[in-house]
Amino acid sequence: MEIDPFIFRLSIFILSIFIGYFVVWSVTPSLHTPLMSVTNAISSVIIVGAIIASFSSLDGSNISFSNILGFIAVTLAAINIFGGFLVTQRMLQMYKKKEKKKNK
Amino acid sequence: MSANLSSVLFLITGILFILALRGLSSPETSRMGNFFGITGMILAIVVSILSVDIFFSNLIYFIVALSIGGIIGGIIAFKIPMTAMPQLVAGFHSLVGLAAVLVAVSAYYSPDSFGLGTFQNIKTASIIEMGLGVSIGAITFTGSIIAFMKLQGLMSGSPVTFSGQHYLNALLGILIISLIGYLVVNQSTQIFWMLIIASLLIGFLIIIPIGGADMPVVISMLNSYSGWAAAGIGFTLENTALIITGALVGSSGAILSYIMCKGMNRSFINVILGGFGTDNSSGETNEKTEQKPVKSGNAEDAAFLMKNASSVIIVPGYGMAVAQAQHALREMVDKLKKNDVKVSYAIHPVAGRMPGHMNVLLAEANVPYDEVFELDDINNDFANTDVAYVIGANDVTNPAAKTDPKSPIFGMPVLDVEKCKSVLFVKRSMSPGYAGVDNELFYKDNTLMLFADAKKMTENIVKNLD
Repeated sequence: MEIDPFIFRLSIFILSIFIGYFVVWSVTPSLHTPLMSVTNAISSVIIVGAIIASFSSLDGSNISFSNILGFIAVTLAAINIFGGFLVTQRMLQMYKKKEKKKNK
Repeated sequence: MSANLSSVLFLITGILFILALRGLSSPETSRMGNFFGITGMILAIVVSILSVDIFFSNLIYFIVALSIGGIIGGIIAFKIPMTAMPQLVAGFHSLVGLAAVLVAVSAYYSPDSFGLGTFQNIKTASIIEMGLGVSIGAITFTGSIIAFMKLQGLMSGSPVTFSGQHYLNALLGILIISLIGYLVVNQSTQIFWMLIIASLLIGFLIIIPIGGADMPVVISMLNSYSGWAAAGIGFTLENTALIITGALVGSSGAILSYIMCKGMNRSFINVILGGFGTDNSSGETNEKTEQKPVKSGNAEDAAFLMKNASSVIIVPGYGMAVAQAQHALREMVDKLKKNDVKVSYAIHPVAGRMPGHMNVLLAEANVPYDEVFELDDINNDFANTDVAYVIGANDVTNPAAKTDPKSPIFGMPVLDVEKCKSVLFVKRSMSPGYAGVDNELFYKDNTLMLFADAKKMTENIVKNLD
Protein backbone atom coordinates (compact mmCIF):
# COMPACT_ATOMS: atom_id res chain seq x y z
CA MET A 1 0.00 0.00 0.00
CA GLU A 2 1.28 3.42 -0.90
CA ILE A 3 1.86 5.98 1.82
CA ASP A 4 -0.08 9.20 1.42
CA PRO A 5 2.29 12.18 0.91
CA PHE A 6 0.36 13.87 3.71
CA ILE A 7 2.03 11.46 6.14
CA PHE A 8 5.45 12.65 4.98
CA ARG A 9 4.47 16.25 5.53
CA LEU A 10 3.07 15.40 8.92
CA SER A 11 6.37 13.70 9.81
CA ILE A 12 8.30 16.80 8.78
CA PHE A 13 5.91 18.90 10.84
CA ILE A 14 6.20 16.80 14.00
CA LEU A 15 10.00 16.52 13.75
CA SER A 16 10.23 20.29 13.21
CA ILE A 17 8.24 20.87 16.38
CA PHE A 18 10.83 18.83 18.25
CA ILE A 19 13.70 20.72 16.63
CA GLY A 20 11.97 23.97 17.53
CA TYR A 21 11.51 22.76 21.10
CA PHE A 22 15.19 22.01 21.64
CA VAL A 23 16.52 24.98 19.73
CA VAL A 24 14.28 27.47 21.51
CA TRP A 25 15.13 26.14 24.97
CA SER A 26 18.76 26.85 24.18
CA VAL A 27 18.02 30.50 23.41
CA THR A 28 19.39 32.71 26.16
CA PRO A 29 16.58 34.51 28.03
CA SER A 30 18.19 37.89 27.42
CA LEU A 31 17.51 37.39 23.70
CA HIS A 32 13.86 36.48 24.04
CA THR A 33 12.67 39.74 22.49
CA PRO A 34 14.85 39.31 19.38
CA LEU A 35 13.64 35.69 19.30
CA MET A 36 10.07 36.92 19.03
CA SER A 37 10.86 39.43 16.33
CA VAL A 38 12.87 36.94 14.29
CA THR A 39 10.23 34.19 14.55
CA ASN A 40 7.81 36.83 13.42
CA ALA A 41 9.98 37.62 10.43
CA ILE A 42 10.44 34.00 9.40
CA SER A 43 6.75 33.18 9.75
CA SER A 44 6.29 35.66 6.92
CA VAL A 45 7.61 32.91 4.66
CA ILE A 46 3.86 32.71 4.06
CA ILE A 47 4.81 35.06 1.23
CA VAL A 48 5.44 31.84 -0.70
CA GLY A 49 1.69 31.24 -0.70
CA ALA A 50 1.04 34.89 -1.47
CA ILE A 51 3.28 34.65 -4.54
CA ILE A 52 1.37 31.67 -5.92
CA ALA A 53 -1.91 33.50 -5.25
CA SER A 54 -0.67 36.67 -6.96
CA PHE A 55 0.40 34.98 -10.15
CA SER A 56 -2.22 32.27 -10.51
CA SER A 57 -3.43 32.45 -14.12
CA LEU A 58 -2.55 36.13 -14.22
CA ASP A 59 -2.29 37.44 -17.76
CA GLY A 60 -2.03 41.15 -17.18
CA SER A 61 -5.36 42.19 -18.63
CA ASN A 62 -7.42 39.96 -16.40
CA ILE A 63 -6.63 40.28 -12.70
CA SER A 64 -8.81 38.00 -10.58
CA PHE A 65 -10.03 38.39 -6.98
CA SER A 66 -7.47 35.78 -5.92
CA ASN A 67 -4.66 37.76 -7.55
CA ILE A 68 -5.63 40.92 -5.71
CA LEU A 69 -5.71 39.10 -2.39
CA GLY A 70 -2.32 37.64 -3.29
CA PHE A 71 -0.78 41.05 -3.91
CA ILE A 72 -2.17 42.41 -0.66
CA ALA A 73 -0.74 39.38 1.14
CA VAL A 74 2.65 39.95 -0.54
CA THR A 75 2.63 43.54 0.71
CA LEU A 76 1.70 42.54 4.26
CA ALA A 77 4.30 39.77 4.35
CA ALA A 78 6.92 42.17 2.97
CA ILE A 79 6.24 44.65 5.78
CA ASN A 80 6.84 41.83 8.18
CA ILE A 81 9.93 40.44 6.47
CA PHE A 82 11.73 43.77 6.17
CA GLY A 83 10.42 45.13 9.45
CA GLY A 84 11.06 41.92 11.36
CA PHE A 85 14.60 41.22 10.18
CA LEU A 86 15.70 44.86 10.35
CA VAL A 87 14.37 45.46 13.82
CA THR A 88 16.00 42.23 14.97
CA GLN A 89 19.27 43.36 13.46
CA ARG A 90 18.92 46.71 15.19
CA MET A 91 18.35 45.04 18.53
CA LEU A 92 21.17 42.55 18.16
CA GLN A 93 23.61 45.36 17.33
CA MET A 94 22.91 46.76 20.77
CA TYR A 95 23.97 43.70 22.73
CA LYS A 96 27.54 44.37 23.67
CA LYS A 97 30.03 42.90 26.06
CA LYS A 98 31.85 44.71 28.80
CA GLU A 99 34.99 46.73 27.99
CA LYS A 100 34.09 47.08 24.36
CA LYS A 101 34.20 50.69 23.17
CA LYS A 102 30.80 52.24 23.51
CA ASN A 103 29.45 53.95 20.49
CA LYS A 104 27.30 56.95 20.99
CA MET B 1 11.99 24.76 -11.89
CA SER B 2 11.16 21.15 -11.18
CA ALA B 3 8.97 20.38 -8.18
CA ASN B 4 11.66 18.15 -6.71
CA LEU B 5 14.34 20.81 -6.93
CA SER B 6 12.11 23.46 -5.42
CA SER B 7 11.18 21.10 -2.57
CA VAL B 8 14.84 20.57 -1.77
CA LEU B 9 15.47 24.31 -1.84
CA PHE B 10 12.49 24.91 0.44
CA LEU B 11 14.00 22.36 2.81
CA ILE B 12 17.22 24.38 2.81
CA THR B 13 15.16 27.46 3.67
CA GLY B 14 13.81 25.55 6.66
CA ILE B 15 17.34 24.60 7.74
CA LEU B 16 18.51 28.21 7.45
CA PHE B 17 15.63 29.27 9.68
CA ILE B 18 16.58 26.64 12.26
CA LEU B 19 20.14 28.03 12.22
CA ALA B 20 18.71 31.53 12.64
CA LEU B 21 17.05 30.49 15.89
CA ARG B 22 20.07 28.46 16.95
CA GLY B 23 22.20 31.60 16.62
CA LEU B 24 20.20 33.25 19.37
CA SER B 25 21.73 30.95 21.97
CA SER B 26 24.31 33.67 22.57
CA PRO B 27 24.61 37.32 21.60
CA GLU B 28 27.88 36.69 19.74
CA THR B 29 26.35 34.20 17.32
CA SER B 30 23.02 35.99 17.05
CA ARG B 31 23.94 38.38 14.26
CA MET B 32 25.15 35.48 12.14
CA GLY B 33 21.83 33.79 12.92
CA ASN B 34 19.90 36.75 11.63
CA PHE B 35 21.95 36.63 8.45
CA PHE B 36 20.96 32.97 7.98
CA GLY B 37 17.35 33.96 8.45
CA ILE B 38 17.54 36.66 5.80
CA THR B 39 19.28 34.27 3.38
CA GLY B 40 16.58 31.68 3.94
CA MET B 41 13.87 34.20 3.22
CA ILE B 42 15.50 35.41 0.00
CA LEU B 43 15.91 31.81 -1.13
CA ALA B 44 12.25 31.05 -0.42
CA ILE B 45 11.06 34.08 -2.38
CA VAL B 46 13.30 33.39 -5.38
CA VAL B 47 12.36 29.71 -5.51
CA SER B 48 8.64 30.41 -5.38
CA ILE B 49 8.87 33.01 -8.13
CA LEU B 50 10.79 30.58 -10.32
CA SER B 51 8.32 27.78 -9.71
CA VAL B 52 5.14 29.59 -10.72
CA ASP B 53 4.41 30.01 -14.40
CA ILE B 54 4.47 33.72 -14.92
CA PHE B 55 4.72 36.14 -17.71
CA PHE B 56 7.73 38.21 -16.87
CA SER B 57 5.81 41.40 -17.60
CA ASN B 58 3.70 40.60 -14.56
CA LEU B 59 6.70 40.51 -12.28
CA ILE B 60 6.38 44.27 -11.98
CA TYR B 61 3.23 43.90 -9.84
CA PHE B 62 5.15 41.69 -7.46
CA ILE B 63 8.09 44.09 -7.27
CA VAL B 64 5.73 46.99 -6.57
CA ALA B 65 3.95 45.06 -3.79
CA LEU B 66 7.25 43.92 -2.28
CA SER B 67 8.72 47.43 -2.41
CA ILE B 68 5.70 49.06 -0.79
CA GLY B 69 5.80 46.53 2.02
CA GLY B 70 9.57 46.72 2.27
CA ILE B 71 9.62 50.49 2.56
CA ILE B 72 6.88 50.53 5.19
CA GLY B 73 8.59 47.75 7.14
CA GLY B 74 11.99 49.39 6.89
CA ILE B 75 10.73 52.74 8.12
CA ILE B 76 8.94 51.11 11.04
CA ALA B 77 12.03 49.08 11.95
CA PHE B 78 14.29 52.13 12.10
CA LYS B 79 11.86 54.57 13.69
CA ILE B 80 10.37 52.40 16.43
CA PRO B 81 11.61 53.21 19.94
CA MET B 82 12.79 50.16 21.87
CA THR B 83 10.19 50.74 24.57
CA ALA B 84 7.52 50.13 21.91
CA MET B 85 8.80 46.66 20.97
CA PRO B 86 5.87 44.78 22.54
CA GLN B 87 3.25 46.58 20.47
CA LEU B 88 5.40 46.35 17.36
CA VAL B 89 5.64 42.58 17.70
CA ALA B 90 1.90 42.36 18.36
CA GLY B 91 1.25 44.46 15.26
CA PHE B 92 3.51 42.27 13.15
CA HIS B 93 1.71 39.14 14.38
CA SER B 94 -1.56 40.58 13.14
CA LEU B 95 -0.04 40.98 9.66
CA VAL B 96 1.03 37.33 9.56
CA GLY B 97 -2.49 36.35 10.62
CA LEU B 98 -4.11 38.51 7.96
CA ALA B 99 -1.70 37.29 5.26
CA ALA B 100 -2.58 33.70 6.18
CA VAL B 101 -6.28 34.49 5.85
CA LEU B 102 -5.79 36.19 2.47
CA VAL B 103 -3.75 33.30 1.10
CA ALA B 104 -6.36 30.81 2.29
CA VAL B 105 -9.22 32.81 0.75
CA SER B 106 -7.29 33.06 -2.48
CA ALA B 107 -6.66 29.32 -2.47
CA TYR B 108 -10.34 28.69 -1.77
CA TYR B 109 -11.44 30.69 -4.82
CA SER B 110 -8.69 29.51 -7.20
CA PRO B 111 -7.70 26.07 -5.97
CA ASP B 112 -6.60 25.09 -9.47
CA SER B 113 -3.60 27.43 -9.40
CA PHE B 114 -2.49 25.86 -6.12
CA GLY B 115 -3.04 22.35 -7.47
CA LEU B 116 -5.74 21.59 -4.93
CA GLY B 117 -8.63 20.70 -7.24
CA THR B 118 -11.31 22.95 -8.61
CA PHE B 119 -13.61 25.55 -7.03
CA GLN B 120 -15.89 23.90 -4.44
CA ASN B 121 -14.34 20.59 -5.34
CA ILE B 122 -11.14 20.81 -3.33
CA LYS B 123 -9.37 17.69 -2.05
CA THR B 124 -10.71 16.72 1.38
CA ALA B 125 -7.34 16.89 3.14
CA SER B 126 -6.67 20.32 1.63
CA ILE B 127 -10.01 21.77 2.68
CA ILE B 128 -9.48 20.61 6.30
CA GLU B 129 -6.03 22.17 6.37
CA MET B 130 -7.35 25.30 4.72
CA GLY B 131 -10.16 25.58 7.26
CA LEU B 132 -7.74 25.23 10.16
CA GLY B 133 -5.25 27.65 8.62
CA VAL B 134 -7.82 30.33 7.89
CA SER B 135 -9.35 29.99 11.33
CA ILE B 136 -6.07 30.23 13.26
CA GLY B 137 -4.96 33.06 10.97
CA ALA B 138 -8.14 35.03 11.68
CA ILE B 139 -7.81 34.47 15.45
CA THR B 140 -4.20 35.66 15.30
CA PHE B 141 -5.27 38.71 13.32
CA THR B 142 -7.94 40.11 15.63
CA GLY B 143 -6.24 38.87 18.81
CA SER B 144 -3.03 40.66 17.88
CA ILE B 145 -4.87 43.85 17.02
CA ILE B 146 -6.46 43.91 20.48
CA ALA B 147 -3.08 43.17 22.07
CA PHE B 148 -1.55 45.96 20.00
CA MET B 149 -4.24 48.43 21.04
CA LYS B 150 -3.87 47.55 24.71
CA LEU B 151 -0.08 47.89 24.59
CA GLN B 152 -0.20 51.11 22.59
CA GLY B 153 -2.70 52.56 25.05
CA LEU B 154 -5.41 52.92 22.38
CA MET B 155 -7.54 50.74 24.59
CA SER B 156 -7.58 50.38 28.36
CA GLY B 157 -5.08 47.80 29.55
CA SER B 158 -7.44 46.57 32.23
CA PRO B 159 -9.34 43.35 31.63
CA VAL B 160 -12.73 43.62 29.96
CA THR B 161 -15.05 41.01 31.42
CA PHE B 162 -18.77 40.38 31.27
CA SER B 163 -20.95 37.59 32.56
CA GLY B 164 -21.24 34.56 30.34
CA GLN B 165 -18.02 35.46 28.59
CA HIS B 166 -16.50 32.02 28.93
CA TYR B 167 -19.72 30.33 27.76
CA LEU B 168 -19.83 32.59 24.73
CA ASN B 169 -16.22 31.72 23.90
CA ALA B 170 -16.87 28.01 24.39
CA LEU B 171 -19.93 28.26 22.16
CA LEU B 172 -17.96 30.04 19.47
CA GLY B 173 -15.22 27.42 19.73
CA ILE B 174 -17.74 24.65 19.15
CA LEU B 175 -19.26 26.65 16.29
CA ILE B 176 -15.87 26.99 14.62
CA ILE B 177 -15.19 23.27 14.82
CA SER B 178 -18.62 22.45 13.40
CA LEU B 179 -18.20 25.01 10.62
CA ILE B 180 -14.92 23.35 9.61
CA GLY B 181 -16.83 20.06 9.59
CA TYR B 182 -19.58 21.49 7.36
CA LEU B 183 -17.02 23.11 5.12
CA VAL B 184 -15.40 19.75 4.47
CA VAL B 185 -18.77 18.25 3.54
CA ASN B 186 -20.21 20.89 1.20
CA GLN B 187 -17.43 23.47 0.66
CA SER B 188 -20.02 26.22 0.48
CA THR B 189 -18.89 29.82 0.25
CA GLN B 190 -21.25 30.97 3.02
CA ILE B 191 -19.83 28.43 5.47
CA PHE B 192 -16.29 29.48 4.55
CA TRP B 193 -17.02 33.13 5.30
CA MET B 194 -18.96 32.27 8.45
CA LEU B 195 -15.91 30.37 9.63
CA ILE B 196 -13.73 33.42 9.04
CA ILE B 197 -16.14 35.75 10.84
CA ALA B 198 -16.54 33.41 13.84
CA SER B 199 -12.75 33.10 14.08
CA LEU B 200 -12.23 36.86 13.88
CA LEU B 201 -14.78 37.28 16.64
CA ILE B 202 -13.23 34.71 18.97
CA GLY B 203 -9.76 36.22 18.47
CA PHE B 204 -11.18 39.50 19.70
CA LEU B 205 -13.06 37.92 22.60
CA ILE B 206 -10.21 35.82 23.99
CA ILE B 207 -7.82 38.78 24.30
CA ILE B 208 -10.09 41.48 25.77
CA PRO B 209 -10.34 39.89 29.25
CA ILE B 210 -6.56 39.68 29.64
CA GLY B 211 -4.94 42.50 31.58
CA GLY B 212 -1.82 44.54 30.93
CA ALA B 213 0.74 42.65 33.00
CA ASP B 214 -0.32 39.34 31.48
CA MET B 215 0.69 40.70 28.09
CA PRO B 216 3.97 38.73 28.02
CA VAL B 217 1.88 35.55 27.91
CA VAL B 218 -0.51 36.96 25.32
CA ILE B 219 2.22 38.10 22.96
CA SER B 220 4.01 34.75 23.22
CA MET B 221 0.74 32.94 22.66
CA LEU B 222 -0.08 35.00 19.56
CA ASN B 223 3.47 34.35 18.36
CA SER B 224 2.70 30.67 18.66
CA TYR B 225 -0.65 31.03 16.85
CA SER B 226 0.95 32.88 13.95
CA GLY B 227 3.26 29.87 13.59
CA TRP B 228 0.43 27.34 13.60
CA ALA B 229 -1.45 29.46 11.06
CA ALA B 230 1.60 29.40 8.78
CA ALA B 231 1.90 25.64 9.25
CA GLY B 232 -1.79 25.19 8.39
CA ILE B 233 -1.31 27.11 5.15
CA GLY B 234 1.89 25.11 4.57
CA PHE B 235 -0.08 21.86 4.68
CA THR B 236 -2.67 23.31 2.31
CA LEU B 237 -0.03 24.39 -0.18
CA GLU B 238 2.06 21.27 0.45
CA ASN B 239 5.05 23.49 1.06
CA THR B 240 7.90 22.21 3.26
CA ALA B 241 9.38 25.62 4.07
CA LEU B 242 6.07 26.82 5.49
CA ILE B 243 5.47 23.61 7.44
CA ILE B 244 8.93 23.67 9.04
CA THR B 245 8.78 27.38 9.81
CA GLY B 246 5.28 27.15 11.19
CA ALA B 247 6.32 24.33 13.52
CA LEU B 248 9.41 26.26 14.68
CA VAL B 249 7.51 29.46 15.36
CA GLY B 250 4.61 27.60 16.92
CA SER B 251 6.79 25.75 19.39
CA SER B 252 8.88 28.83 20.09
CA GLY B 253 5.82 30.84 21.06
CA ALA B 254 4.49 27.96 23.14
CA ILE B 255 7.76 27.67 25.09
CA LEU B 256 7.84 31.41 25.72
CA SER B 257 4.23 31.31 26.96
CA TYR B 258 5.21 28.48 29.29
CA ILE B 259 8.23 30.39 30.63
CA MET B 260 6.10 33.48 31.21
CA CYS B 261 3.37 31.52 32.99
CA LYS B 262 5.95 29.87 35.20
CA GLY B 263 7.41 33.30 35.97
CA MET B 264 4.02 34.24 37.39
CA ASN B 265 3.25 30.84 38.88
CA ARG B 266 -0.02 30.76 37.00
CA SER B 267 -1.43 28.16 34.71
CA PHE B 268 -1.91 28.94 31.07
CA ILE B 269 -5.66 28.35 31.41
CA ASN B 270 -5.79 30.80 34.31
CA VAL B 271 -4.17 33.52 32.19
CA ILE B 272 -6.44 32.83 29.21
CA LEU B 273 -9.57 33.00 31.31
CA GLY B 274 -8.34 36.45 32.26
CA GLY B 275 -9.68 39.00 34.67
CA PHE B 276 -6.64 38.80 36.96
CA GLY B 277 -6.12 41.94 39.00
CA THR B 278 -9.59 43.34 38.30
CA ASP B 279 -9.91 44.36 41.94
CA ASN B 280 -6.93 46.63 41.41
CA SER B 281 -8.82 49.79 42.30
CA SER B 282 -6.42 52.60 43.02
CA GLY B 283 -6.55 55.31 45.64
CA GLU B 284 -9.06 54.98 48.47
CA THR B 285 -8.69 51.26 49.09
CA ASN B 286 -5.11 51.69 50.25
CA GLU B 287 -5.98 53.96 53.13
CA LYS B 288 -5.52 51.23 55.67
CA THR B 289 -2.05 50.31 54.48
CA GLU B 290 -0.89 53.88 54.15
CA GLN B 291 -1.21 54.35 57.86
CA LYS B 292 1.74 52.04 58.37
CA PRO B 293 4.93 54.05 58.71
CA VAL B 294 7.05 54.27 55.60
CA LYS B 295 10.50 55.74 55.38
CA SER B 296 10.79 57.96 52.41
CA GLY B 297 13.92 59.65 51.21
CA ASN B 298 15.24 61.85 48.47
CA ALA B 299 17.87 61.59 45.78
CA GLU B 300 20.57 62.82 48.11
CA ASP B 301 19.97 59.98 50.58
CA ALA B 302 19.93 57.44 47.81
CA ALA B 303 23.13 58.77 46.28
CA PHE B 304 24.84 58.68 49.66
CA LEU B 305 23.75 55.11 50.33
CA MET B 306 24.88 53.80 46.97
CA LYS B 307 28.13 55.72 46.85
CA ASN B 308 29.18 54.15 50.12
CA ALA B 309 28.06 50.67 49.19
CA SER B 310 30.44 48.10 47.83
CA SER B 311 27.81 46.35 45.74
CA VAL B 312 24.50 47.37 44.22
CA ILE B 313 21.93 45.29 42.35
CA ILE B 314 19.50 47.09 40.06
CA VAL B 315 16.03 45.57 39.69
CA PRO B 316 14.25 47.13 36.71
CA GLY B 317 10.57 46.67 35.91
CA TYR B 318 7.91 47.94 33.57
CA GLY B 319 7.95 51.33 35.31
CA MET B 320 11.46 51.87 33.98
CA ALA B 321 10.21 51.32 30.44
CA VAL B 322 7.28 53.67 30.93
CA ALA B 323 9.52 56.42 32.29
CA GLN B 324 12.21 55.72 29.65
CA ALA B 325 14.69 55.73 32.51
CA GLN B 326 17.20 53.25 31.08
CA HIS B 327 19.68 55.84 29.85
CA ALA B 328 19.66 57.80 33.10
CA LEU B 329 20.09 54.50 34.89
CA ARG B 330 23.19 53.64 32.86
CA GLU B 331 24.64 57.06 33.68
CA MET B 332 24.04 56.44 37.36
CA VAL B 333 25.72 53.04 37.16
CA ASP B 334 28.73 54.51 35.36
CA LYS B 335 29.19 57.01 38.16
CA LEU B 336 28.86 54.29 40.77
CA LYS B 337 31.45 52.18 39.00
CA LYS B 338 33.86 55.10 39.12
CA ASN B 339 33.41 54.97 42.87
CA ASP B 340 34.37 51.29 42.80
CA VAL B 341 30.87 50.03 43.46
CA LYS B 342 30.13 46.65 41.94
CA VAL B 343 26.87 46.88 40.00
CA SER B 344 24.78 44.16 38.43
CA TYR B 345 21.24 43.96 37.10
CA ALA B 346 18.61 41.40 38.10
CA ILE B 347 15.86 40.62 35.62
CA HIS B 348 12.70 38.79 36.56
CA PRO B 349 11.26 36.65 33.73
CA VAL B 350 8.02 38.63 33.59
CA ALA B 351 9.47 42.12 34.08
CA GLY B 352 8.05 44.31 31.35
CA ARG B 353 5.44 43.57 28.73
CA MET B 354 7.14 40.88 26.69
CA PRO B 355 9.81 38.19 27.18
CA GLY B 356 13.25 39.80 27.37
CA HIS B 357 11.82 43.32 27.31
CA MET B 358 14.14 44.66 30.05
CA ASN B 359 17.23 43.14 28.46
CA VAL B 360 16.60 44.97 25.20
CA LEU B 361 16.08 48.28 26.96
CA LEU B 362 19.28 47.87 28.96
CA ALA B 363 21.15 46.86 25.83
CA GLU B 364 19.82 49.99 24.15
CA ALA B 365 21.31 52.05 26.98
CA ASN B 366 24.67 50.36 26.29
CA VAL B 367 24.59 48.19 29.37
CA PRO B 368 26.93 45.25 28.68
CA TYR B 369 24.88 42.06 28.61
CA ASP B 370 27.31 40.24 30.90
CA GLU B 371 26.29 42.51 33.77
CA VAL B 372 22.65 41.52 33.38
CA PHE B 373 21.49 38.36 35.17
CA GLU B 374 18.39 36.21 35.22
CA LEU B 375 16.53 35.48 38.42
CA ASP B 376 18.07 32.06 39.09
CA ASP B 377 21.60 33.28 38.52
CA ILE B 378 21.51 36.26 40.82
CA ASN B 379 19.00 35.47 43.52
CA ASN B 380 21.63 34.16 45.96
CA ASP B 381 23.68 37.33 45.60
CA PHE B 382 21.16 39.62 47.27
CA ALA B 383 22.23 38.38 50.71
CA ASN B 384 25.78 39.67 50.11
CA THR B 385 24.72 42.93 48.54
CA ASP B 386 24.55 46.32 50.19
CA VAL B 387 21.89 48.08 48.18
CA ALA B 388 19.08 46.96 45.87
CA TYR B 389 17.80 49.72 43.60
CA VAL B 390 14.29 48.73 42.54
CA ILE B 391 13.16 50.88 39.66
CA GLY B 392 9.64 50.41 38.36
CA ALA B 393 9.23 46.87 39.67
CA ASN B 394 6.96 45.82 42.51
CA ASP B 395 5.20 42.45 42.55
CA VAL B 396 8.34 40.61 41.43
CA THR B 397 10.07 41.65 44.66
CA ASN B 398 7.19 40.97 47.04
CA PRO B 399 8.26 38.54 49.78
CA ALA B 400 4.59 37.66 50.34
CA ALA B 401 4.97 35.32 47.37
CA LYS B 402 7.18 33.19 49.61
CA THR B 403 5.58 33.68 52.99
CA ASP B 404 1.86 34.34 52.66
CA PRO B 405 -0.14 31.42 51.27
CA LYS B 406 -3.22 33.67 51.08
CA SER B 407 -1.58 36.15 48.75
CA PRO B 408 -2.73 35.96 45.12
CA ILE B 409 0.89 35.88 44.04
CA PHE B 410 1.91 33.12 46.47
CA GLY B 411 4.29 30.68 44.83
CA MET B 412 5.46 33.08 42.17
CA PRO B 413 9.25 33.14 41.95
CA VAL B 414 10.47 36.49 43.27
CA LEU B 415 13.76 38.32 43.61
CA ASP B 416 15.02 38.14 47.21
CA VAL B 417 15.49 41.89 47.40
CA GLU B 418 14.70 41.98 51.13
CA LYS B 419 17.95 40.16 51.89
CA CYS B 420 19.98 43.19 50.87
CA LYS B 421 21.28 45.45 53.63
CA SER B 422 19.12 48.26 52.29
CA VAL B 423 16.50 48.56 49.60
CA LEU B 424 15.73 51.65 47.54
CA PHE B 425 12.30 51.67 45.93
CA VAL B 426 11.65 54.17 43.17
CA LYS B 427 7.90 54.49 42.86
CA ARG B 428 5.47 57.20 41.99
CA SER B 429 3.09 56.47 44.85
CA MET B 430 2.18 53.83 47.39
CA SER B 431 -0.35 52.20 45.06
CA PRO B 432 -0.03 48.42 44.87
CA GLY B 433 1.29 46.67 41.81
CA TYR B 434 -0.64 44.95 39.09
CA ALA B 435 -1.66 42.00 41.25
CA GLY B 436 -3.33 44.46 43.62
CA VAL B 437 -1.32 43.21 46.59
CA ASP B 438 0.41 45.36 49.09
CA ASN B 439 4.17 44.90 49.28
CA GLU B 440 5.34 44.45 52.87
CA LEU B 441 8.82 45.39 51.74
CA PHE B 442 7.74 49.05 51.73
CA TYR B 443 7.40 49.08 55.50
CA LYS B 444 10.66 47.41 56.44
CA ASP B 445 13.25 49.32 58.42
CA ASN B 446 15.92 48.92 55.80
CA THR B 447 13.69 50.14 52.96
CA LEU B 448 13.83 53.69 51.71
CA MET B 449 11.01 54.78 49.43
CA LEU B 450 11.89 57.29 46.73
CA PHE B 451 8.61 58.77 45.56
CA ALA B 452 9.18 60.18 42.11
CA ASP B 453 9.13 59.45 38.42
CA ALA B 454 11.75 56.78 37.76
CA LYS B 455 13.67 58.87 35.26
CA LYS B 456 13.64 62.11 37.26
CA MET B 457 14.71 60.36 40.43
CA THR B 458 17.56 58.56 38.70
CA GLU B 459 18.71 61.81 37.08
CA ASN B 460 18.67 63.53 40.47
CA ILE B 461 20.71 60.74 41.97
CA VAL B 462 23.23 61.14 39.17
CA LYS B 463 23.56 64.84 40.06
CA ASN B 464 24.05 63.97 43.70
CA LEU B 465 26.73 61.43 42.93
CA ASP B 466 29.17 64.10 41.81
